[in-house]
Amino acid sequence: MTENSSASAVTTNACKQCAPLGATVAFKGIEGAMPFIHGGQGCATYIRRYLISHFKEPVDVASSSFSDDTAIFGGESNLRVGLDNVARKYAPSLIGVSTTCLAETIGENLPAIMRRHLESKQGAAFPLLAPVSTPSYRGTHVDGFNAVVRAVIEQRASASDRCGGVNVLPGFVSCADLRHLKEIIGSFDIPYTLLPDYSDTLDAPTQSDYVPLADGGTTLAEIAAMAGRDATIQMSRTLAPEASGGSWLAENRGVPLHTLGLPIGIRETDRLVDLLSGLTGRDATKWLIGERGRLIDAYIDGHKYVFEKKVAIYGEEDLVAGLTSLVAEIGMTPVLCASGGASGKLAAAIRSVAPNCTPVVREGADFKAITDELRALKPDLMIGNSKGYKTARELGVPLVRAGFPIHDRIGGSRLLHLGYRGAQRLFDEIVNTLIARTQDESPVGYSYM
Amino acid sequence: MEQLLAQRENQVTTVGDASFKIDCEKASLSGSVSQRACVFCGSRVVLYPIADAVHLVHGPIGCASYTWDIRGALSSGPELHRLSFSTDLKERDVIFGGEKPLERSLEELIEKYAPSAAFVYSTCIVGLIGDDVEAVCRKVAAKYEIPVIPVHSEGFKGTKRDGYKAACDALFKLIGTLPADDVPKRSLNILGDFNLAGEIWIIKDYYEKMGIHVQASITGDGRIADIRRAHGAALNVVQCSGSTMYLAKEMKEKYGIPFRRVSYFGIEDMSDALYDVAKFFKDPEIMRKATDLVSREVREIYPKLMHYRQALEGKTAAVYVGGAFKAFSLVKALRTIGMEVVMVGSQTGNAEDYQQLRDICKPGTIIADDSNPLELSSFLKQKDIDLLIGGVKERPIAYKLGVGFCDHNHERKRALEGFVGMLNFAEEVYSSVMSPVWQFAPRRERRTVAEARQ
Repeated sequence: MTENSSASAVTTNACKQCAPLGATVAFKGIEGAMPFIHGGQGCATYIRRYLISHFKEPVDVASSSFSDDTAIFGGESNLRVGLDNVARKYAPSLIGVSTTCLAETIGENLPAIMRRHLESKQGAAFPLLAPVSTPSYRGTHVDGFNAVVRAVIEQRASASDRCGGVNVLPGFVSCADLRHLKEIIGSFDIPYTLLPDYSDTLDAPTQSDYVPLADGGTTLAEIAAMAGRDATIQMSRTLAPEASGGSWLAENRGVPLHTLGLPIGIRETDRLVDLLSGLTGRDATKWLIGERGRLIDAYIDGHKYVFEKKVAIYGEEDLVAGLTSLVAEIGMTPVLCASGGASGKLAAAIRSVAPNCTPVVREGADFKAITDELRALKPDLMIGNSKGYKTARELGVPLVRAGFPIHDRIGGSRLLHLGYRGAQRLFDEIVNTLIARTQDESPVGYSYM
Repeated sequence: MEQLLAQRENQVTTVGDASFKIDCEKASLSGSVSQRACVFCGSRVVLYPIADAVHLVHGPIGCASYTWDIRGALSSGPELHRLSFSTDLKERDVIFGGEKPLERSLEELIEKYAPSAAFVYSTCIVGLIGDDVEAVCRKVAAKYEIPVIPVHSEGFKGTKRDGYKAACDALFKLIGTLPADDVPKRSLNILGDFNLAGEIWIIKDYYEKMGIHVQASITGDGRIADIRRAHGAALNVVQCSGSTMYLAKEMKEKYGIPFRRVSYFGIEDMSDALYDVAKFFKDPEIMRKATDLVSREVREIYPKLMHYRQALEGKTAAVYVGGAFKAFSLVKALRTIGMEVVMVGSQTGNAEDYQQLRDICKPGTIIADDSNPLELSSFLKQKDIDLLIGGVKERPIAYKLGVGFCDHNHERKRALEGFVGMLNFAEEVYSSVMSPVWQFAPRRERRTVAEARQ
């Protein structure tokens, strides 16, 4: 296994987005919350556009619309006008305010501004305010996402009673993933808080009216209860303790933290199922065992098509680790594991999930670096978000879409990765993609596999 | 209107109101969820299609990431513009300054790609940390002997319109820097067309068929050398006037090049664009060619258009676009296929634009400046429209309300300009408005039931 960091001064075709984007997605996963970006109007609009192109849903994000004066004299008055306007128009239960490079560089003190704003209301009802520091020059969208999870827990996990159950912190996964996680956890019949949960808000049914804040999301009561749970399950092998909401709950509220990888593939999902089983004292249900059994059956049916096929995986670090676990357990050869993130932990995560594999691991990679690597590695398949399409096309390698963003297909929010069923979906698509390639290239045009 | 914030009351009005007045060209109201982007966006969209230049975004990663290949601006040759370059500033750069990473990035890019020029876009933070971008650009330009042009596009320093201006300033610096003595007399520059879905090729073909040389396309399928020689052209034709009118005016002042405001959307405006140019050159041969071209093209598409018109007659539309000028053409183009616009708005229109919209729209039409999702959704419901024309951010508003949609912005994949574009446009509208899926949308379901009862 080799590790590389980019020697280039310039980032070409980034394999990451900025922190406020992740923050916006996380806030969308809290019931009645309105995301608000404290900075220039463009930040909110670009992020909306980027998210809409993936989720195909309205993603209303407010902005404090900085102007020249704001940058000189501070953004407090703009921010406060904005909070009032959002409160009036959207009537949210919470306004989640994330910062930008601009706000951070001029040194905005968000908590103090929010305190003053609430004081000025003199007790009149006003949405809760959740400030989070997410400068775009620090980390990636994943860091912004995790910063919101941690901040919301710090600010709102206030329960003093032990209420039992588990907290589940899945990280930035798809709407379908969140929905399926709820099925899995629900099958153990245990109370839980899944934070955040944008499975309904960012994949909402069409209704008879335009709904300013779509139904769904983790409720504030569920968030409060997090301090009283028996355990936290955090699905990340790369998240640093100081950035983790789960670590905060462990240190400050005495909620034991269990850290797993994203449950992608049989082994990583087994770890989750075993943990849930241990925490609840219940065996996996017949339904879940059935899902697992069918998956193994499928692995066997398709094993020859994937064996020792070279695969390149890219995207968020935890997704890359999870997908690597899956491809390794089905006998594929991961040749490149790359991420725009740079936690310093990706290589170790890959070693844990695929100890017998020796892929090139690249943190802080952009698509130029990925393309350059793949030109030499000559993979049979790429797995990752739609931003890799350009590379796949250039190199003539088939692409199985996974993760975020999916800008060139519909259904990005419905892509399932997690659990046995997610592995089933991925496995079928991987096998069929490879079969299709062979079939298309064959002079015969076989009509059986 | 319940959805309107008090501070925005004067930015929405209705055609036919006794005192038609509209506030515009204002900074977006904080917390209003404006559909606008920023100064950087304005500059980026205008300069982006120049295909043989390096476009380096100086700042943290977001601004470059969100604008990577964002606009389907096609190139007939190099495709440098489709790469997203960023200095990807980190916390240490914010503290110690971004000049060194900028210089290293430029050197690396110029050595690797040998571009004809480089544009350096300043993002919000660059203005604050005090990088001397001009000095770095001068230094690198001297070293490699290509234009390296700073674009003053700090996001917060105004609105998208100011970004257009910053882009025009950058272009103006290029123009006149190569000799243009051999540019033919019968020549023009196309301004404000970005070659989305290959549109500028259609327009160029029309002008060339009329015997007119297109010197520089600014900026669709643009090339640096052509732009540097653009001062040799006899005429500037300006579409998307919001974005490039500044440049046309500057070129008129400095080089005495007159300009014509044109639009290539819809039969009427497309024809006028060709006729206006023919008139300018005062050559009956050019006018004859223009007339022939128009009649041939219209003959070709008209019967097909009437097929769509039959289905679409009497349906209503709302239009919400970036620049208001496009909206005029859309009002007319929709009439050609039997549809009436009952709500129209733009992100960056000015008073003159909105006056003109008032003049061509029917009484009762809502006109809105710098609108937002809640307002737009309330307009769509109030007018019970069948189609919304807009961009990516407007699309889900329409769809959630069971309303058809036509993307007239970055994501369009089919040319909507020219005569063939009018036909494509009609097809796009038809394929959304007439789809049977709306019968299942809850809002439409009710309407379908009501229609059945009548």
